[in-house]
Amino acid sequence: MTGLEHLRADFPVLRREIGGKPVHFLDSAASSQKPVSVLEAMDEFYRCCYANVHRGAYTLSVESTDRYEAARTRVASFINAPDPDQVVFVRGATSALNLIAHGWGGTHLRAGDRILLTEMEHHANLVPWQMVAARTGARLDFIPLTPEYRLDLEVFEDKLDDDVAVVGVTGMSNVLGTIPPIPRIAEAAKGVGALVVVDGAQLVPHQPVDVQSLGADFLVFSAHKMLGPTGIGALWGRPERLEEMEPYEGGGEMIADVQLHSSTWAAIPHRFEAGTPPIVEAVGFAAAIDYLEKVGMDQIAAHDADLTGYALDRLAQVPQLSVYGPAGVEGRGGVISFTLADVHPHDLATILDQHGVSVRAGHHCAKPLMRHLCVPATARASFYLYNTRADVDALVAALGTASDLFGVG
Amino acid sequence: MSLEELYREVILDHYRNPRHRKPLDRADAHAEGVNPLCGDEVTVELTVADGTITDVAAIGQGCSISQSSASMMTDAVLGKRIEEVRELIHRFKAMMDIDREVDLGLDPERPGAVLGDLEALQGVRRYPVRIKCANLPWTTLQEALDQLSDS
Repeated sequence: MTGLEHLRADFPVLRREIGGKPVHFLDSAASSQKPVSVLEAMDEFYRCCYANVHRGAYTLSVESTDRYEAARTRVASFINAPDPDQVVFVRGATSALNLIAHGWGGTHLRAGDRILLTEMEHHANLVPWQMVAARTGARLDFIPLTPEYRLDLEVFEDKLDDDVAVVGVTGMSNVLGTIPPIPRIAEAAKGVGALVVVDGAQLVPHQPVDVQSLGADFLVFSAHKMLGPTGIGALWGRPERLEEMEPYEGGGEMIADVQLHSSTWAAIPHRFEAGTPPIVEAVGFAAAIDYLEKVGMDQIAAHDADLTGYALDRLAQVPQLSVYGPAGVEGRGGVISFTLADVHPHDLATILDQHGVSVRAGHHCAKPLMRHLCVPATARASFYLYNTRADVDALVAALGTASDLFGVG
Repeated sequence: MSLEELYREVILDHYRNPRHRKPLDRADAHAEGVNPLCGDEVTVELTVADGTITDVAAIGQGCSISQSSASMMTDAVLGKRIEEVRELIHRFKAMMDIDREVDLGLDPERPGAVLGDLEALQGVRRYPVRIKCANLPWTTLQEALDQLSDS
């Protein structure tokens, strides 16, 4: 037990009851709940100082711009980026990966280049690369998984050669919970001059991340998975890599000068922020980071590990339940995918919901990984700082009911 | 009746003991349906004589909602005239529409298994993502009927 239970009071939605039972929210890997401080920061900002950013020579716009840029500074300090201008606000991790794939890949990849991804990528770090590969003639290649659900680093190193132009890897699998050793992967990839792209959507909300020791060229993540609002995320990039990248969207805000037939771009990061940005969402994002840092990312990681270990132990005692992911908590985050005998995961999720237990069921936007696991879908429980052992106990109890119902065991 | 009881009594019965699951030797129509969201699959086969469904099969794999819906559907349409079946599809889909309350309008002489069983699926309306599962066999049946009218 890591004593974060008092935090639950900060999350209004956790007071809800579903079917007369308290909600046990176990789907933070899809999106997290929001503390009052984030809700209030956004509400207060709308009431006191909201206006569009960057263009207005009036007080409200100046204040709004200050808050928006202060949020950028806040995000930068959270991942220890040396300069806030290395942080681009985007719609979320998916749009960041599209920007990198099209904006960098679209102009740098050549026929015969290889894009090396992993077998456990979310569709967001796969489909954009497929699109760019089709356009440029680059080829996709994949780092396989070991039987222990970890990346096979020997095969990875065998596959690395001068043709590898991009190495794209998740910081934490949203299905298996696997946390690959990014610094080691990045160092090897750098040896062949490859661009290293890390999908941090699952990692950044749950572990301390320092871009100065990570070794990546790009790191992307979404606010809504780390207590912040939907509609905003961040792309961190090394300055020289950001310079190499072409903007993907044109419009207002991203230009230096516009002629009828051509334009020049604004400086980085605004070059990549066409149109009115998610201003209030940026303020909420900063408030979420304030909250996370007040709790402490080390404490959050320890709490996740404690709950994950407890859950793995308890789930191991459920007859005919299969867990897909590394056996221990080492190199593994708080995401547990499972199936129960031949019960379809969608049936399982519906039954669990009857007991107030919210889990996700489906392919988790990782269809190639589902095929690798030879299952059409899994159920998935995921933890965050507001979850407790009581949530795990409720999950296990509800699984018992589902087993009885479906005649398992 | 809670959803759990529905699962126990009706849905699971059809899921574990699906009716009319054997492919037909000779089919006048054959349609395949897939729900890309969850991978449910249903194949519907029909034989028709004088505008009446004389034999039916629904073969597939997936969750209990899609497969039990397929099984109940075969019971419900066998021996019915095509226009009656089209009306039944319409009524079933209306029943699964969360915003509508409908009279199922089935034959009061033999409501029995048909009315009771199909009604069991109404409980899944609370779960919009599962409505697609329940509707899949019916959408596939509609495609099979469309093949008949095309040919």
